[in-house]
Amino acid sequence: MVSIKRTTIRDHAHRRILKDKLIFGMVIFLSMVTISPIILIIAKLVINGFRQISLNFIIQNTPGTFEAMTAVANGELIPGGIANGITGTLLMVALASVIAIPIGVVTGIFLYENPGKFIANLTRNVADILQGIPSIVLGLIAYIWVVKGITNGFSALAGSVSLAIMMLPMIIKSTEETLKMIPQTIKEAALALGVPYYKVILKVLIPTGFSGLLTGILLGISRIMGETAPLMLTALGSTVVNFDISKPTSAIPLLIWEFYNDPNMVSLIWSSSLLLMGVVLLLNLLSRQLANSSI
Amino acid sequence: MKENIEKIKDPIISTRNLSIAYDKGNYAVKQVSVDIKKNSVTAIMGPSGCGKSTFLRAINRMHELYENIETEGEVFLNGKDISKMQVIKLRRMAGMVFQRPNPFPTMSIYDNVIAGYKLNGIHIKKKEKDEIVERSLLDVSLWDEVKDSLFKKGTFLSGGQQQRLCIARALAFNPKVILLDEPTSAIDPVATSKIEDLLVKLKKNYTILMVTHNMSQAARISDYSLFMYLGELVEYGKTKNMFTNPKDRRTEEYLTGKFG
Ligand SMILES: Nc1ncnc2c1ncn2[C@@H]1O[C@H](COP(=O)(O)OP(=O)(O)O)[C@@H](O)[C@H]1O
Ligand SMILES: [Mg+2]
Repeated sequence: MVSIKRTTIRDHAHRRILKDKLIFGMVIFLSMVTISPIILIIAKLVINGFRQISLNFIIQNTPGTFEAMTAVANGELIPGGIANGITGTLLMVALASVIAIPIGVVTGIFLYENPGKFIANLTRNVADILQGIPSIVLGLIAYIWVVKGITNGFSALAGSVSLAIMMLPMIIKSTEETLKMIPQTIKEAALALGVPYYKVILKVLIPTGFSGLLTGILLGISRIMGETAPLMLTALGSTVVNFDISKPTSAIPLLIWEFYNDPNMVSLIWSSSLLLMGVVLLLNLLSRQLANSSI
Repeated sequence: MKENIEKIKDPIISTRNLSIAYDKGNYAVKQVSVDIKKNSVTAIMGPSGCGKSTFLRAINRMHELYENIETEGEVFLNGKDISKMQVIKLRRMAGMVFQRPNPFPTMSIYDNVIAGYKLNGIHIKKKEKDEIVERSLLDVSLWDEVKDSLFKKGTFLSGGQQQRLCIARALAFNPKVILLDEPTSAIDPVATSKIEDLLVKLKKNYTILMVTHNMSQAARISDYSLFMYLGELVEYGKTKNMFTNPKDRRTEEYLTGKFG
């Protein structure tokens, strides 16, 4: 009787250990499946794109088709670079940030301050919906508002507006979430010192939640940096460096699209993607670092 | 006034029919009229939820930050109606210390002490700032422990040190009264006894009004005690008398541990 019982117990234990091992193996396998695309992508970009990256790649404009064709025919590296794209991306991301960050932070503060109010709930829902709108539609909106309405033609401003609308809900949400994480008692400590409310927000809440706010902003930037679709309808592209916000402007993702359409430029696709991916990855890591170091 | 409520001459704080409701008609503090003696330690006791914190926070008008809270009756500080005072003046005169130590996490120890000046944009000379910081930290017996690390973040200190820093932050404004809401409930016994000693020392220059969940703490350090029950002030008098000879049955039951 006793011995029978013991075998059953041991049997159960054995089965449990086997089950544990099986699940562990599955978890490892699935993790590999998840991370392998990103490893494969990075490997591909590095192998195919690294050769083209040099100082010239960063400081020169895109080459003409003919120059590229000659270089390819002679088996040389394609001359020129993507300076017009880099500066365009920087210009439009900066302008989009200038538009979206103040509006987003102020709106986030408003949501945090009036959690139950009808208008706050409405704003929160609108932000959610905005986040779900396909970026090409935002491009269309910016096309109608800015390209047709303000600059009378494709422009960096129009591109920035479409990117700003994309960035806005992310900043609103991260601001609200960050402020919610700050203990109420920190706020009360300042109020108990007689500090007026607006100063509590400016001098206590924002500095205390600063790394959280910055995290949201960096993630927002890394998100809009790679956007292509809305820029096709707004910024259009340019073969030269342009800092005039009322003129068509290039951007790195736009260039990648152009290179894709030109059989002579194919090898530039990889180097441009490598650069873009590197910057976006860096921003992501940086924001993760910040998020961990915050309260 | 009721017979179980001691009368005090020249009180620093007086409340008259003070009632406070979080929801309309639902009072957390009911018709409290009491006078607090200057340069004394007064303990507010009572079971959890009886309205101790609510009462304390009425004295520096913390309630007006929340729209739903309604306050009736009057509070006088140093003979003046607090509802007619400027908020900043009132809060400079009545410093507050909270249950959990709450130094500003972005500020150094030094800046935490003078946070009241910094955040309000009150400009004072560097020399004066140094003096205020040193005096306030000396007052809370923290100076020797932190004088070499004044520019480190306040949040690096231990819980007990942080709480003393928060008291120093209140003292920096040279207040008349210090309102403390269970200041030792979140810190260890050794740090607690340091803070208790400190409060007894501070009553020479300030009036201490402190909520405590801990009867023996009230017995150890307070001169007067206030016993609240379900929002009402049940009994108020010299701590010694209240502990040895409580007048109200509910006070007696609380002090003998029948509830709470
Ligand atoms: N912010 C609030 N909103 C609604 N009710 C509250 C709030 N704070 C306290 N109360 C209620 O008021 C009563 C008194 O609370 P409080 O003053 O915190 O008691 P104590 O400090 O004595 O434990 C309790 O019944 C509590 O539930
Ligand atoms: Mg309380």
